[in-house]
Amino acid sequence: MKNADLEKHVKGESLFVDDIPEPAGTLYAYVLDSPIAHGIIKSIDFGDIKSAEGFIDVLTWHDIEGENQVGGIIHDEVLLAEKEVHFIGEPIAVIVADSARNAKLIAKRISIEFEKLPVVLDPREAFSKKLLIKPPVIFQNGNVENAWKECSFIAEGTVESGGQEHLYLETQCALAVPKESDSIKIYSSTQGPTVVQRTAAKVLNLPMNKIEVDVLRLGGGFGGKEDQATHWAVLAALAAKKTKRPVKLVLSRLQDLRVTGKRHPYSSDYKIGLTDDGKILAFQVTYFQDAGACADLSPAILERTLFHVANSYHIPNILATGISCKTNIPPNTAFRGFGGPQAMFVMESAIYNASVISGIPVKLIQKNNLLDEGDEFHYGQIAENVNARKCWNYADEIYSFEKMESEVHKFNEDNKITKRGIAYMPVCFGISFTSTFLNQASALIHVYSDGSVGVSTAAIEMGQGVNAKIISIVSQTFSINSDKIRIESTNTTRIANTSATAASSGADLNGNAALIACKNILERLKKSAAEELSLNDYSSISIKEDWIYNKDIKTDLSWELLVNKSYMKRINLSSHAFYATPQIYFDRTINKGRPFAYHVYGTAATVVELDCILGRYQVESVSIVHDYGKSLHHNVDVGQVEGGLLQGIGWMTLEEIKYSDSGDLLSNSLSTYKIPDIYSAPREINIHFLKNSENPFGPLKSKAIGEPPLMYGIGTYFALLNAMRAFNPNVHYQISAPLTPEKVLLALYKK
Amino acid sequence: MKEQINFILNDKPVSTTAFKGLVLLDFLRKEKRLTGTKEVCKEGDCGACAIVLGELINGEILYKTVNSCLYPLGNVEGKHVVTIEGLNQNGFTPIQKYIIDESASQCGFCTPGFIISLTTYFLSNKEYDIDTAIDAIGGNICRCTGYLSIKRSVAKMLDYIAANRSVGDPDIDSLIRLKIIPEYFKNIHRALSLIDNPNPIREKTNYEKIIGGGTDLYVQQADSLLDKNILFVGKKNRSEITLSKNEVKISGSITFEEFNQSSLIKTYLPQINDYMKLIASLPIRNTATLAGNIINASPIGDMSIILLALDSRVVLTKGKSRRKVFLKDLYKGYKSLDRSIDELVSEIRFKIPGENNKFNFEKVSKRTHLDIATVNSAINLVYKNKKIFSASLSFGGVAPVPLYLKKTSEYLVDKEIDTSLVIEIISIAQSEISPITDIRGSVQYKRLLVSQIIKKHFITLFPELISHEVLK
Repeated sequence: MKNADLEKHVKGESLFVDDIPEPAGTLYAYVLDSPIAHGIIKSIDFGDIKSAEGFIDVLTWHDIEGENQVGGIIHDEVLLAEKEVHFIGEPIAVIVADSARNAKLIAKRISIEFEKLPVVLDPREAFSKKLLIKPPVIFQNGNVENAWKECSFIAEGTVESGGQEHLYLETQCALAVPKESDSIKIYSSTQGPTVVQRTAAKVLNLPMNKIEVDVLRLGGGFGGKEDQATHWAVLAALAAKKTKRPVKLVLSRLQDLRVTGKRHPYSSDYKIGLTDDGKILAFQVTYFQDAGACADLSPAILERTLFHVANSYHIPNILATGISCKTNIPPNTAFRGFGGPQAMFVMESAIYNASVISGIPVKLIQKNNLLDEGDEFHYGQIAENVNARKCWNYADEIYSFEKMESEVHKFNEDNKITKRGIAYMPVCFGISFTSTFLNQASALIHVYSDGSVGVSTAAIEMGQGVNAKIISIVSQTFSINSDKIRIESTNTTRIANTSATAASSGADLNGNAALIACKNILERLKKSAAEELSLNDYSSISIKEDWIYNKDIKTDLSWELLVNKSYMKRINLSSHAFYATPQIYFDRTINKGRPFAYHVYGTAATVVELDCILGRYQVESVSIVHDYGKSLHHNVDVGQVEGGLLQGIGWMTLEEIKYSDSGDLLSNSLSTYKIPDIYSAPREINIHFLKNSENPFGPLKSKAIGEPPLMYGIGTYFALLNAMRAFNPNVHYQISAPLTPEKVLLALYKK
Repeated sequence: MKEQINFILNDKPVSTTAFKGLVLLDFLRKEKRLTGTKEVCKEGDCGACAIVLGELINGEILYKTVNSCLYPLGNVEGKHVVTIEGLNQNGFTPIQKYIIDESASQCGFCTPGFIISLTTYFLSNKEYDIDTAIDAIGGNICRCTGYLSIKRSVAKMLDYIAANRSVGDPDIDSLIRLKIIPEYFKNIHRALSLIDNPNPIREKTNYEKIIGGGTDLYVQQADSLLDKNILFVGKKNRSEITLSKNEVKISGSITFEEFNQSSLIKTYLPQINDYMKLIASLPIRNTATLAGNIINASPIGDMSIILLALDSRVVLTKGKSRRKVFLKDLYKGYKSLDRSIDELVSEIRFKIPGENNKFNFEKVSKRTHLDIATVNSAINLVYKNKKIFSASLSFGGVAPVPLYLKKTSEYLVDKEIDTSLVIEIISIAQSEISPITDIRGSVQYKRLLVSQIIKKHFITLFPELISHEVLK
């Protein structure tokens, strides 16, 4: 199955926002942002900027005609600072000039006087000062207090996991073009066109029907453009409205890194209790989420953390508390996994330490506690079509865990200064937006009179291959060649009220809507064919490979001919269809319900090699069994697993976000923030698809793929820990990700 | 300085009076609207802006990959610049085809850069294998794929080329026949030789900056360099590495990659290839000069560290006057040198290492490849009759300058090598360094690394003399 986007990518012909030919008279905006992490704006001195070369205009919050507000879940974030700034990078003014360079030079002439206020950077400190985004949230089942008494082993500890920069290669950008009667068209690199539309309408004081948002594709998103593409698009629109000229706003890499939010760092306390045969009876955990200065998506992310407390395990007694803490860094935001990885890392850390205390191997604890059919999740959902144990057992069968372990053992016997370590990582990830209302999508399909097909949905293509999957669905449903099908840009005038392409749900929701639209048109075409063939009934009509069959006998009607004849007969060849995920609900008064349509499962075994002199390491192999359902596109799905895995490995090892004591980002460029390069990739990745896993909720029985594989990367952390312990069994370690070469070496040689 | 700059862009001659200090990327995207070349990091760390650069040298065009985000227009004069648009033909090139077949592209933003790097690889090498091919794309970052599909597509390309390229084909012709490059490449040789340089290199005066490769200056100062009066010394004179009496003599403008590929250097530093892979990505090695690395005076300059251990001297030239300075005496303080602003590094010299020389280089960074060192170090020993005859040890990242460890080096002379010697010199070395905590690591870590790297040097060079107890 072809992926049409790639044919443009390899020729450099794919258009991204900054590649779109600019309309005549386009102006360029530069955002002047706060250089301090917390303070009061005393005064702004614009100096002589009006006489500066290329100056056109400057905008502050005073220029906002509507509401100065971009907060989605909680209305706590202004678009342009008014009196107070809360993080370095908070937008204060927008300079519009005849070139991007001039706009930036002009911004340097503006001076702002601040009165500094105390800066809080540690989420626990924020908690103690009652600086919270919202009150703590508790998920629980059973009774942990009673359960501790039954436990033979209890382990307690603290786990830190760091932030992660999305590093989508295309920075945040937008181009806003004024249209007639005050309307504005915005080309945005966003995962959420409707969020941009709604926010722009609110800020510009226009009805939503006067804002058109168009998205062709993104140069990577990973969650970083779910909520945080909005600011730049709305600022461009604001400037376009005021200057009545097209305005382009492209963040430089350095500015993008400095001003946008990242994956949330978490600091967590846990307590885990086991029986003497390694059954986990109780788990208590408190997550301190570093939300940054405003809510952004933090409450939803924290909630997903609470859903994924127990990863792939069934634990009868759970008490989990999530606390979203307000600090003076840019608001942290969605990132592939959306709070799930942070929860699973704590769970695996707890198991690791429980193993150290009890002497029961980690692998045994993991295996003994895997979910089974009919188990109840702590949020009340009954586990159905559970593949946790199937994935684990199939992985053991094809890769032989015992053989892998004995190879590692032998390597370590033979080598004194390099050591290997192995770890296993089962994953269970819930599919659906946990805000139930977002689980809706629509599709608009046109069959043109020449037989070609145009498809519009709410799905945003950002490299994850959703377009290829939707083409696959349309092509299979009509049974026509995929060359006839074109996926249009995502546009709010064609598809209204879109949900962001996020939560791994893009192909599920939009694919299901496209499927319904195809079926609507297909039925009309079949009826039309029956008429052409003078049949009373269309039930014997089918289409196979661009040709019409009656009772499996090829007719004279080709797809093109049938379409054209139907057009002449004034048959509707378009369909707008709507899909809403059935059966899901969640009651937030008790935090129970059925939030997920289904779960995705998998198991990974990771082997790493550690240079014990210098603390450098290499992932030797990751061997995975993943539950794909019935895959819509083999290469796309494999690519999502490999790419997600390496992002997860990056989060666990190299990728380290650092702020100074005054809240300034220190890892502020690609030379100081390292994402995996080709040499950091595992030497070997083996992937097997779980067999016979058909998913009733996915289009054509497929399963969502985007986020779950990231969490296989967690295995790398524990494989490294095992390699360290092979060198020095008494190694003093504290569980804190990322496990950089610095942390490894300092731990290995700690006296 | 607005002067005319002439070069060939894809299949057409270009003449422009844009600022010489403008980076090629901005010229391509903004002036020429060639948007297949992408801007991602603008500091040479990702390869999304890679272009193919061809240069007529001794009657032959040599092609290499450079990062256009750090490449000043002033250095493009008389060269062939090829962007992704200049590689496109009807259908797909085999490189494009295998990227598609293996789905080795997801969001597509990095893809043109990978295709450029791979095309240059086939253009600039006669023999191909997976390791050198991976090195050619080592400077290309992809955030989506996890690289596995890219590796698979490269393996398929190599198989395809191996099966279809007959031995003895003239390079350009066979690559055209294989559709790796378009037909017009045949005409480039003539087109380049026809470029009439309207600005013969004259001894410029009043220049505000001297630029060799510019790979570090453009990271730091791109905005301010734009309209400066710059002297581009990148490739005005033929650069070479030669032997003179008992010394290896290297032109200052030699690039990292020319140093890497030199057969003379390989004779004396057989592991140079491995070091270079840690030091920089190929597009940076193709641009960065040794002189630039020395004068830039970064405390973690990798080449400076190697040259320090070789006890190099630099020849500083100003008009007709020349003076030689030992590299270890050149550095006075953080970014402060015993050099006046108008002195150029015309040569670098070091004694020809003999057969008793033992050399090792180590670099530790957060990411093993394509990263700036946390701590780097080189050691050069002359080991005769079971004794150290002479020793030079250098460390980067542990002082305000690339550091020559004088006391430690002197202590090693006349010593026999064993585990206890290693322990002794570690404590001397610790007294000579003054690391600080920064984004690349804490003081504690850097001090530990110095000890560990010294152990690593000796375990690597004298495995039979050093017990693993040294690690305890």
